Amino acid sequence: MHRTGELYGQFQTLEQQKESATFGMWIFLVTEVLFFGGMFLTYTINRHEYFTAFGVGSNTLDITLGTANTIVLIMSSFTMAMAVWSAQTAKKKLVPLFLILTLALGCVFLGIKFVEYKQKFDHHLIPGRGFDVSYCISNPASCGLQGKALEEERAEVEKAFTSDPDTNSHAQLYFSLYFAMTGLHALHMIVGAGLIIWLIKVSLRGRFTPQYNTPVEIVGLYWHFVDIVWIYLFPLLYLIDRHR
Amino acid sequence: MPREHYLNASYGIRSWLLTTDHKRIALLYLVSVTFFFFVGGVFATMIRIHLLTPEGALVSPETYNKLFTMHGVAMIFFFLIPSIPAVLGNFLIPPMIGAKDLAFPKINLLSWYIYIIGGCFALYSFSTGGLDTGWTFYTPLSSIYSNSAVTPAVIGIFINGFSSILTGLNFIVTIHTMRAPGMTWFRLPLFAWAHYATSLIMILGTPVVAITLLLAGLERMFHLGFFNPAMGGDPILFQHLFWFYSHPAVYIMVLPAMGVVSEIIPTFARKPIFGYSFIAASSIAIAVIGFLVWAHHLFMTGMSTYAALAFSFLSYLVAIPSAVKVFNWTATLYKGSISWDAPMLYALGFIGLFTIGGLTGLFLACLGLDMHIHDTYFVIAHFHYIMVGGAVMGYVGGLHYWWPKMTGKLYPEALSRFAAITLFVGFNLTFFPQFILGYLGMPRRYHSYPPEFQVLNVLSTAGASILALGYLLPIVYLTWSMRYGKVAGPNPWPATGLEWKTDSPPPTENFHVTPVVDWEPYDYRNRPDLGLVAGAPLAPAHGDD
Repeated sequence: MHRTGELYGQFQTLEQQKESATFGMWIFLVTEVLFFGGMFLTYTINRHEYFTAFGVGSNTLDITLGTANTIVLIMSSFTMAMAVWSAQTAKKKLVPLFLILTLALGCVFLGIKFVEYKQKFDHHLIPGRGFDVSYCISNPASCGLQGKALEEERAEVEKAFTSDPDTNSHAQLYFSLYFAMTGLHALHMIVGAGLIIWLIKVSLRGRFTPQYNTPVEIVGLYWHFVDIVWIYLFPLLYLIDRHR
Repeated sequence: MPREHYLNASYGIRSWLLTTDHKRIALLYLVSVTFFFFVGGVFATMIRIHLLTPEGALVSPETYNKLFTMHGVAMIFFFLIPSIPAVLGNFLIPPMIGAKDLAFPKINLLSWYIYIIGGCFALYSFSTGGLDTGWTFYTPLSSIYSNSAVTPAVIGIFINGFSSILTGLNFIVTIHTMRAPGMTWFRLPLFAWAHYATSLIMILGTPVVAITLLLAGLERMFHLGFFNPAMGGDPILFQHLFWFYSHPAVYIMVLPAMGVVSEIIPTFARKPIFGYSFIAASSIAIAVIGFLVWAHHLFMTGMSTYAALAFSFLSYLVAIPSAVKVFNWTATLYKGSISWDAPMLYALGFIGLFTIGGLTGLFLACLGLDMHIHDTYFVIAHFHYIMVGGAVMGYVGGLHYWWPKMTGKLYPEALSRFAAITLFVGFNLTFFPQFILGYLGMPRRYHSYPPEFQVLNVLSTAGASILALGYLLPIVYLTWSMRYGKVAGPNPWPATGLEWKTDSPPPTENFHVTPVVDWEPYDYRNRPDLGLVAGAPLAPAHGDD
């Protein structure tokens, strides 16, 4: 199909084109909800089934880093919304600026996530042969655990093992789900970052106007969706039954 | 023939592999799904030959497991799911609603490439030892115990799912935003309604099976425990998630075929379709209720009695919109001026076979009876009546009905009728004995059987060879007709749909001028432009050679 300016040949008007693109993105997000939904269901059922073991796993997560990441992501949603607003109100200079900010915040999120993953790796919390949920209790020095924190963790893990002798295997299930869910989320962030880089290139040429800004808007929709997934992941993975 | 059309608009391999024309993409899909149909068909043939004797005539038990698994994987994921939507839907939805193309032509092409990549993974699995888990991939067999090439097959199906999602997404957006002036929702062809309902299932169900297979695949590759009871995981959860897609997937296969039948019946009965809005609404109802019946596959697996009761009730409920369609088609035939062209023979065959398949589905929805016939050949016969007797009959019938539109050529009339009847006879001879076998207690997926079942098995294999002839014939004469067939003209039957208003084959933009729709659908009583006027004697549709 031939393209005249911004209008692709299969459409009659720019409004029809914009409506189709936006609607298409909303439908895509519906499929994404179902895609993540399968994992959320698996997580919820197992959380219910192995409440204490999942609590042990959950309590090893770093609440400070998790909270920081939540704030970073909400801020990136704000800058993304500002980028869309700038495009719609003909503030051509601001569009790339807000997009770059969004990209930077997205990268901060991924960086913090990497630090968290590294920590889990060091603490023998990667599912597989070396997985050991008691590793930090037996090797407190290499986990930086001491004093009251160490005693609390020891008490919790021991209590969990008395009520559920398979705690190690069930905590491993928790971490399998943790890595699968946050990993899939991070993958979506990386795709989003790629899309934003493309938008920055286009916006630097001043292409987005109040008449034509659909790409910014639909990438914005996608970015907000990825944020919302995290808004659900954070309490499910970090906050339930948190007591340390 | 028009001087310029989509087939001769450009030449060369690049003009096909990089095309964004929905009609050319439909033909790319036609070739590739036909290929997978034959891959699955070869496995089916070997299964039927093997079952000629009670102890098994052809392969080892392990190979037999692989044959029925690969037959299912090839046929379901790579033939039936894409067949009607990606070939006929892709080709016809834009001209049916008066659009130049689908809303997202590049995504349409992308979906074909995704399908091909997924298909390559599946073929890689088939050719490096095959897989033996059954097409259902139940864990922990698929995730731990099976030594066959499960991983590439799972990756292939995972990838292929996105092809289906993108097709569904494209159809929904196109039907919402690309309709020509005057093409209101209730003037849409029922084929478009059926595809709208199908697309809903594609976008809501496919992501769930994708994530499920992803989890099972991760479990296999990294020894995780999501569905492994030894590590605290839940294998029944896998079955729930799998069937949450795979039962609605049955409606992905059969709803488009119902759309095809809804187009063919009024054309060859020369009557407006009976109960248009009921047929349209029943498609949506099937899609919605179809999402609430999945656990009837788990009656024997372990589920609370109350959940089983609810799922049994809901499974009965989904029969109602299906019956609405059958009754409305029959009422359309009543006092119609029926002509027996090949598409009509397929459509009538569909109604009969789908009715048998649907009614035997009610046997299986019944909790007490299901205990007796669960996992027997009764189930095999039931779903082949729906999928082969229903979906494939609809697909082949639709190909015959729209072949003149797609290629601009007519195929030999007598031969095509003969093929339709061969297919019908061969199909029944293959699968009706399996109902009896199952009721007598022959289990599915076994490589051998007690000698008293041999007569029925031989009958079934004999039927399969007739069925194979019924599939080979159309391939031969449809291909032949592309070169040697008579020129069809824009509207050979004639039919009232908007797609028949343009040239055959259509130009790249489908219509030279954007059409304006000012007539009601299926108005076979009031279309003077087609020679159809109220009160005048009924003119038969396109007659004999």
